Amino acid sequence: MIRVVLPQHLRTLAQVGQEVDLEAEFVQTISSVLDVLIKEYPMLRGTIVDQVTGQRRPYIRFFACGQDLSLEPMATPLPEAILTGREPFRIVGAMAGG
Amino acid sequence: MSEVRVLVGTQKGAFILTSDAKRTAWDVHGPLFAGWEIYHMNGSHANPDRLYASQSNGWFGQVIQRSNDGGQTWEAVGNKFAYEGVPGTHQWYDGTQHPWEFKRVWQLQPSLTDPETVYAGVEDAGLFRSIDGGLSWQEEPGLRAAKGHLWQPGAGGMCLHTILFDPSNPQRMFVAISAAGAFRTDDGGETWRPINQGLVSPGELPDKTAEVGHCVHNLALHPSRPGILFMQKHWDVMRSDDAGDSWHEVSGNLPSDFGFPVAVHAHEPNTIYVIPIKSDSEHYPPDGKLRVYRSRSGGDEWEALTNGLPQKDCYVNVLRSALAVDTLDSCGIYFGTTGGQVYASIDSGDSWTPIVRDLPKVLSVEVQSLP
Repeated sequence: MIRVVLPQHLRTLAQVGQEVDLEAEFVQTISSVLDVLIKEYPMLRGTIVDQVTGQRRPYIRFFACGQDLSLEPMATPLPEAILTGREPFRIVGAMAGG
Repeated sequence: MSEVRVLVGTQKGAFILTSDAKRTAWDVHGPLFAGWEIYHMNGSHANPDRLYASQSNGWFGQVIQRSNDGGQTWEAVGNKFAYEGVPGTHQWYDGTQHPWEFKRVWQLQPSLTDPETVYAGVEDAGLFRSIDGGLSWQEEPGLRAAKGHLWQPGAGGMCLHTILFDPSNPQRMFVAISAAGAFRTDDGGETWRPINQGLVSPGELPDKTAEVGHCVHNLALHPSRPGILFMQKHWDVMRSDDAGDSWHEVSGNLPSDFGFPVAVHAHEPNTIYVIPIKSDSEHYPPDGKLRVYRSRSGGDEWEALTNGLPQKDCYVNVLRSALAVDTLDSCGIYFGTTGGQVYASIDSGDSWTPIVRDLPKVLSVEVQSLP
C-alpha cells in the first residue's frame, strides 16, 4: 500500500481527504505511482502531468522522505519507505503568491 | 411556473442562483468547485439540465465538469486540449513570435440543438469542439489559419472568449479573440475569415485598420436577426448590419466607449446594453457610478440605468462574460462584478437589485430560463 498526500485543490476535485491509499503491487517509480493514482481517480488526469507534453506541471512538486524529487526523472525509483507505506508520497502545489 | 437559473463563475468557485419567475427570492447554491477559477459555466439549449463548467487554476491546469441534473451533481470529463498539427507561433506583446500554448478554457458554448455537442474557446486562442458531451475535444484548426501568426495577447491573455451561433444557418458561427478580432465561418467551422472591416484601433495597432489584431471584448446578437451584430471593442461600441462584413461605430453619447460586455434584450432586437468603464488603464466605472447603458435604437442613443445601482464610490469592473439576459416575458438582465455582486433587473434594466453582494470576483454570468 502506498500513501499519497494530495494538495487541497486536488482533494476537492477527487472528493477525498488529505491522503489516499493506493495498491502498490506494480509501483516502483514516480511515474508508476502517478499512473495508479490516475487510474483510481481519473478526474485528476492532466492536473499533475500535462497530457500533451507529458511533463510535470510547472507548479507541482514531488516530496518523499524529506527529499525533493520534483526535478528527478519520472522513472526514478521511490524510496523503500514510500513503497512500504511507512512514509507518504507528497504531491505539493508550489508556493506562489503572497 | 417558470424558473430562472443564474450560473455564476467566480475566481474561487461556482454558484447557482435560482428563483421562480417573480425573481424576487433567490436560492444560492455553492460554492461548487471551491477554490478553483470558474471562467465559464453554461447550459445546453437542447437540454437545460446539461451544464458544462470550465474549472482551472494556475497550479493544476484545466478541468471540464459536466452535470446532467442542473448542477446538483457533477463529473469531470475530458480535459485534453491538443492543438491540431504543429501549433506554431503568434505575435507576443513586443511583436516577436511566441509559441502557441494551451492555458485555459474561457468559454463553453453548447450547441443549439444537441446537448452532446459543445464548443470551447481557449487561451492561447483556438476553438475546440466535443461531440461526446465533453469527453474528448478536437480543434477546429481552420480558425488559426486566419492569420494566426499576427494575433497577439491582450492584457487578459490571447483568449477566444466569445462563441455565437447563427440560429438560422447551422453552418455559420462567429467568434471573438483578444487581441485578434472577430471571425466568421460559413462552412460549419472548416474555414474562417476575419470580419474586422470598419474597426479602428489607433492606440493599439501600427495600422489602425488592420485586418486582424483588434482587441474585441465581446459580441452579441439577437436570434431573430443573426445578421446584425453588436460589439464592445477595447474602445468603441460597434454594430454590423451584414453579419460582420463591415462595422460602424454606435458609441454615441456614452460617457466612455471602453467596456467589456454587450448584450441584447430577449424580445427587443434593437435594445442593447453595455456597461461603460473609464478606460483601459482604469478598469472601473466613470465617476464612481455603476451605470448600465441601454439603447433602444440599436446604438448611438443611450440612456443611463441607475435605479438600484451604487452611484458613488463604486470602483468595480464588469467582465466580458458577466452580463446576460433571461427570456421571461418581462426580460431580466443580470450582471456580476469584480467586487462579487450579482445584480438583477426584472424590468429590462429600469431598476436593479443585488441577488448576492459578497461572492468572490465574478468572472462570468449565464442565465437559463426554465419551463
